[in-house]
Amino acid sequence: MTDELVPDQADAPPAAPPPKDPTEDAAASWLRRVSTGGAMVTVLAFVLALVIGGVLIAAVNPEVTAAAHYFFAKPADFFEAAWRAVSEAYSALFRGAVYDREADTFAKAIRPLTETMTIATPLIIAALGVAVAFRAGLFNIGAQGQVILGASLAGYIGFTWQLPAGIACLVALLGGVLAGGLWAGIAGVLKARTGAHEVIVTIMLNYVAISLLAWFLTTEAFRVPGSAEPKSRTVRPEAQLPLLFGDQYRVTWGFVIAILAAVFVWWLMSRSRIGFQFRAVGFNPAASRTAGISVQRITVYVMLTSGALAGLAGAVQLLGTSKYLTDGIAGTIGFDAITVALLGRSKPLGIFFAGLLYGGLSAGGRFMEVVTGTPISIVLVLQALVVLFVAAPTLVRTIFRIPAPTAELKGATA
Amino acid sequence: MNRIIRVAALGGALALALAACGSAPEDDSSSASSTAAAGSSDFKGCIVSDSGGFNDKSFNESGLNGLKAVEASLGIETAQAESKSDDAYAPNIDNLVSQNCNIIVTVGFKLATATADAATANPDVDFALVDALPTDADGNPVELDNVKPLQFDTAQASYLAGYLAAGMSKSGKVGTYGGLAIPTVTVFMDGFADGIAKYNDVKGTNVELLGWDKEAQTGLFNPPEAPFAPGSGKANADSLVAQGADIILPVAGGAALDALTTAKATAGTLVIWVDTDGALVNPDSSSVILTSVMKLIDAAVNSAVSDAAGDTFDPSPYVGTLENEGVGLAPYHDLDSTVPADLKAEIDQLKADIISGAIKVESQSSPK
Repeated sequence: MTDELVPDQADAPPAAPPPKDPTEDAAASWLRRVSTGGAMVTVLAFVLALVIGGVLIAAVNPEVTAAAHYFFAKPADFFEAAWRAVSEAYSALFRGAVYDREADTFAKAIRPLTETMTIATPLIIAALGVAVAFRAGLFNIGAQGQVILGASLAGYIGFTWQLPAGIACLVALLGGVLAGGLWAGIAGVLKARTGAHEVIVTIMLNYVAISLLAWFLTTEAFRVPGSAEPKSRTVRPEAQLPLLFGDQYRVTWGFVIAILAAVFVWWLMSRSRIGFQFRAVGFNPAASRTAGISVQRITVYVMLTSGALAGLAGAVQLLGTSKYLTDGIAGTIGFDAITVALLGRSKPLGIFFAGLLYGGLSAGGRFMEVVTGTPISIVLVLQALVVLFVAAPTLVRTIFRIPAPTAELKGATA
Repeated sequence: MNRIIRVAALGGALALALAACGSAPEDDSSSASSTAAAGSSDFKGCIVSDSGGFNDKSFNESGLNGLKAVEASLGIETAQAESKSDDAYAPNIDNLVSQNCNIIVTVGFKLATATADAATANPDVDFALVDALPTDADGNPVELDNVKPLQFDTAQASYLAGYLAAGMSKSGKVGTYGGLAIPTVTVFMDGFADGIAKYNDVKGTNVELLGWDKEAQTGLFNPPEAPFAPGSGKANADSLVAQGADIILPVAGGAALDALTTAKATAGTLVIWVDTDGALVNPDSSSVILTSVMKLIDAAVNSAVSDAAGDTFDPSPYVGTLENEGVGLAPYHDLDSTVPADLKAEIDQLKADIISGAIKVESQSSPK
């Protein structure tokens, strides 16, 4: 076997041979394990996170802490207060994420669901980008920077270029795709040509992107004339993404774009020739090279595709929801996208639902804070715990005493 | 095994001892009536932070304190929404509207547009917008009957601080750094620069300001990825000290804490705090805090919410000045004895002159 694993001379860079990094193999096999962990593990991870979140909610609730002071005198008070705090918080979380049964009208009651969709839209698209890289064995930690640059160029085109409706929006979206793709492409080229690790390069490019955006917002080209605030002009109405369900809800056609992007990624990874090469390189670069795939070229293509999707996410967020650039335009979309990609096990359908779940937690968390006074940080802890448990399937199996599926064992050793 | 039993027994005894200290409230009905009495008002005051969050040691925290003060004094109901990102402003305001808030305090210029939109859509709800005028999508200020802008001409107070710093500096150099180059930050720096220039004029000295050029409107700011987070101001504070500044004005929310760290590590360096009375907020650093340029957001929020609760809401813009004590210089606290009496007297005179209009403090970032 080993004799056949000689790198294809034509593909090897002239100066530096591709680095043999033992951590790379470990990282790739961990990724594979996470992405093949059963759906059951994901569900149980969510349950576990909710349980721990519940404990935290009870712990920060003033009534519960008050009752805890006389726990032994009247334990029932404590449990009653704890139960009330947790159930009220989680019911508010649901009301804020899916359906608010206490709203006056049906239109208002389903508004939370549309809020969830609004938040999920850029997350899903950016996570698809991260997943493409994951499947090809690359860690694109730079989605944040790609989202920022995608939003910046889309915004610039959106408020500067005088184009007719429809075309304006399309061109601005393409601008976002281009900017995000090229930004990630830098990391791709550096990886392919010099072996510079994409994790380091993409993280550093995030900082560059943040500083670039801060600079953009000081220039005449972006700023509102006569204003000293670091805020860009508003995207012209022709370039804005139209609302999907009318004025009442914030959700835009960006959600449809997210669905189309998921379908595209499914086709790309499962049906196309290049997608097969992406996966082959992710599974075993050495064997791919032997099979005649140019690993260097594929690395660049993967990063271009990954960044293009993240850039699209930024464009959709800007043209649909935000409408003007601020220093916080990207929020934490790029980082949450990594989480969503892991949670969705790098599969388009999984990412779609993981994005909705994540969006739901965010929308519900905001509502929960307003209704019950539970700090929104609890929701961030919940989101982090879900990922922690998904990333550690063995832990979840041990807690729930689930035997490891044999199929996965085979996969892990293959 | 024995050890485990011993630890468990000890833990149990401790828990019992602790629990013995607390006794259950006598009667459920009495406690229920007491909470009802506390919430006697059915008025609900609410607040939305900007993405800095409520623990920003700056305007969000100050605004929340103002609302909490009304909760304590008038027994109103409150709700709060902390924005984790810029796209959370509109939904957070909407959530508060749906929870029947009577007045919503929106903190920070970043919420100017979201506030105007929500106020237009909900004419029955009052709004108090801190640090900005409500603006439409194109950034033009709009006047709305249900929005009260709460703004502060902090340049007036930092003018006094500049004069004081120039008078107190031994090295002849004072410094400043900001979080971001935004009007609510640079307005402090403009006033500070003018106060120093005034001192140089009067005394014929040449005290230099590092970190801000009022003419060019450029200066020293924190890295944009976390401009107001503790830690991100350390490099700027250190570089000012390295260049010889012995008094620093950090206009950077939580990143102002870095100036305190630097000042404590470098003998003879003092800090002028901003927004709140720094010696009270950071008691462990009161030995290096000369004074503070106070911006009393909490008082302004308090009065706006109290007015609304008393049904006397008035949308006319509020601008905090030295005259109405919306801005001011804090007491010198620990360092009172080090400030010469004649310098104190000059500063009191300057304050009177600014109030009377004899001196005009001008900044392009002052509220218009």
